[in-house]
Amino acid sequence: MNDEATRKFTLRNWLASGAPWIWITAAGVGINILMVAGLVGLIAFRGLAHFWPADVVQFSLSGQARTVLGEIKDEERIPAQQMRESGVNVAAGTEWVKRDLVKVGNRDVSGHDFRWVLEQEVTTRNKPRDVVVIERREWGNFYGFLREIHENHRVVADAGRVWAALPLRLQRALDLQARIHHIEKRDIGLINYQLERLRLQQRKLELQHRLTETVRQSIAEQSQALNARFKDLQKKATALKAQSSRDSVVAETATGQRVEISMSKIVRVFRPNAMSVVGKARHYVAKLWEFIAEEPREANTEGGIFPAIYGTVLMVLLMSAMVTPFGILAAVYMHEYASQGFIIRGIRVAVNNLAGVPSIVYGVFGLGFFIYGIGAHVDRWFFPEALPAPTFGTGGLLWASLTLALLTLPVVIVATEEGLSRVPKFIREGSLALGATQAETLWRSVLPMASPAIMTGIILAVARAAGEVAPLMLVGVVKLAPALPVDLNFPFFHPERKFMHMGFHIFDLGFQSPNVEATQPLVYATALLLVLVIIALNLTAISIRNRLRERYKTLDH
Amino acid sequence: MQKSPPTHGIDVSKLGGATEPLHIDDEETCLTVHDLQLFYGEKQALFDVNLKVPRNRVTAFIGPSGCGKSTLLRCFNRMNDLVESCRINGEIALDGKDIYDPHVDIPELRRRVGMVFQKPNPFPKSVYENVAYGLRLQGIKKRRVLDEAVEWALQAAALWDEVKDRLNDSALGLSGGQQQRLVIARAIAVQPEVLLLDEPASALDPISTLKIEELVSELKSRYTLLIVTHNMQQAARVSDYTAFMYMGHLVEHGDTRTLFTNPKKKQTDDYITGRYG
Repeated sequence: MNDEATRKFTLRNWLASGAPWIWITAAGVGINILMVAGLVGLIAFRGLAHFWPADVVQFSLSGQARTVLGEIKDEERIPAQQMRESGVNVAAGTEWVKRDLVKVGNRDVSGHDFRWVLEQEVTTRNKPRDVVVIERREWGNFYGFLREIHENHRVVADAGRVWAALPLRLQRALDLQARIHHIEKRDIGLINYQLERLRLQQRKLELQHRLTETVRQSIAEQSQALNARFKDLQKKATALKAQSSRDSVVAETATGQRVEISMSKIVRVFRPNAMSVVGKARHYVAKLWEFIAEEPREANTEGGIFPAIYGTVLMVLLMSAMVTPFGILAAVYMHEYASQGFIIRGIRVAVNNLAGVPSIVYGVFGLGFFIYGIGAHVDRWFFPEALPAPTFGTGGLLWASLTLALLTLPVVIVATEEGLSRVPKFIREGSLALGATQAETLWRSVLPMASPAIMTGIILAVARAAGEVAPLMLVGVVKLAPALPVDLNFPFFHPERKFMHMGFHIFDLGFQSPNVEATQPLVYATALLLVLVIIALNLTAISIRNRLRERYKTLDH
Repeated sequence: MQKSPPTHGIDVSKLGGATEPLHIDDEETCLTVHDLQLFYGEKQALFDVNLKVPRNRVTAFIGPSGCGKSTLLRCFNRMNDLVESCRINGEIALDGKDIYDPHVDIPELRRRVGMVFQKPNPFPKSVYENVAYGLRLQGIKKRRVLDEAVEWALQAAALWDEVKDRLNDSALGLSGGQQQRLVIARAIAVQPEVLLLDEPASALDPISTLKIEELVSELKSRYTLLIVTHNMQQAARVSDYTAFMYMGHLVEHGDTRTLFTNPKKKQTDDYITGRYG
């Protein structure tokens, strides 16, 4: 009886002490962390696994002489009824049928990259040691067995000696490819750029009726010189191309078909079943590096995403550079200078509401106002020589950054105003009492003390802008950009160029690519990289904010 | 007027100022207040204040809480302008020129009339940068000039020996008394003519209070000081002239010795002897 009383007593006490709330809130935090970790973990697992060289399995199927060779990408269990309906003979009594998605490659031979293999028709699986995977510049991967190496159509190595003779020749071909790429992209690109500038210069003078005969002559001479150099480079490139296609590899598929692959088309050759863990790890690192540092190939389904990373980071930085001064100035005016009447309060309400406008609306606004409105006028006034091809009258890095700066402006304004209101009155009074004007007080005392809050606003702005995709599709992001917005051609910064963006890249890979199964792991990998880039940007901003906090701590903090 | 013995332990031998009574009309005037009225919105806070503040002397303002001492003090450097609802009638003249004239350059006025607040308010910067703040506002950038000026100001504020090895450390690491002396150094670095001190020692311990009082006595050779204080002993110790205020009125103003030993008004006498206030 006494125990009954004490037990109730402690339960009520426990509830009143607030301990249940602590458990509930801690559980909330725990669930949040689990969700974030789960999300990032899932993306990381599915994305990073893509680069690890998987074993290549050879399936012998019942009732067929030929074997299937490839990497197992996925497995599925589907109802047996479904299989029976599609004409496959399934033994009576079985409920579920298991099947593997195998990447067989060899799209130039068989016409498809993937095929399903039903478990019930597999008689044996084995992993032959000498299976090679050839990563190519066209037609995707090749899975098969090396047979011969040809040089100028003559056999120079066969059977056992092929694997040993391959590395040297492949390296030569890769070096030649790199040089060809350099000539085409850098040197010929530069000449094209200069020719274009000469043409624009001439057109500009024409429009201004200032084109004299001497100038026209000089431009014609310069163009001639450039064209001559262009022909030279082209010849060099052609010669190198001929050299690099001197060697080729003959390989045999699992179905017995022989294919000749020119070494100029090969990126990498490896034998996954024969690689040690160290070898696989080195391969993994090499592929990871390629993903981050190289350009995409084959309609964004192969290669790297470097231009997208570059475009995303550049756009975020440009957006921050634009939103910070405008946000701070607006907040300073609203908080420090304007009389706090009806109009200012109305403006503040309007700014807060802007934060809730859907981002696609900003995209449409950017398209209509910036691009077709301001951009068209800029083209007519400053770049008439390029017309009808638009310079700023079409989407580009500048308009995209400006649109996102508008999108994130309310956040920066609100955070700055909050920071300004937290600066204690005695700091302002102390400064004014020393003979400072209000502007000097703001610049020397108040704004530095509000800078951690301003950084918070910028952090939120960066986080929001880096993840937006919908408005960007309208104002300047493309599937494949021919050049980076910052390169080595004068004037080095080209804000009118279109650019690539990781968020859009994910959308493009996942929904607009010709080969969805092949791009699926790339979607995860790109998503993981996007999350990592945003984390890196945020950590940078947070560390800056922490240092500012340390510097401007007052007694109250 | 009968002589009532002060019952707050004010030792006549420790009275500040000269040993003989001073006469305000013999002194050179620094600040003149003429028929000053101050309103916070509809409420009137100062009623027809008339006052002459002599140069290079310490003038103390005493009175019960809420009598308008701080409000009057803040009029001298126009800090009341920061309050939206505040209105002024009347005139305050610094060296003969009305400081409420619309053409007055207010930041320059505030440089000439410096202020030290009740709670020490150093900026969250280093000791050096705190003192150099006002100098940089004047456009002084040369490192050597700043160094000399900072050292001079800290010496004058009797703080140099304590901080000379930590000029670049944060000012917030100093003790309360040191911070208040730092604020004083900061104020005198810009060479003001007048220093307004609003209860400068009320937030400090007794030893620091003593140091501040000593400093005030030293500073009066160069500046005109106005000090608001709740502490009558402090006013008696430190000031040459004292003004007693009550409910927004300036009740009595005269040299300290006379006011504390032989006040002219009964209200003053009642306050000093502790009958109210």
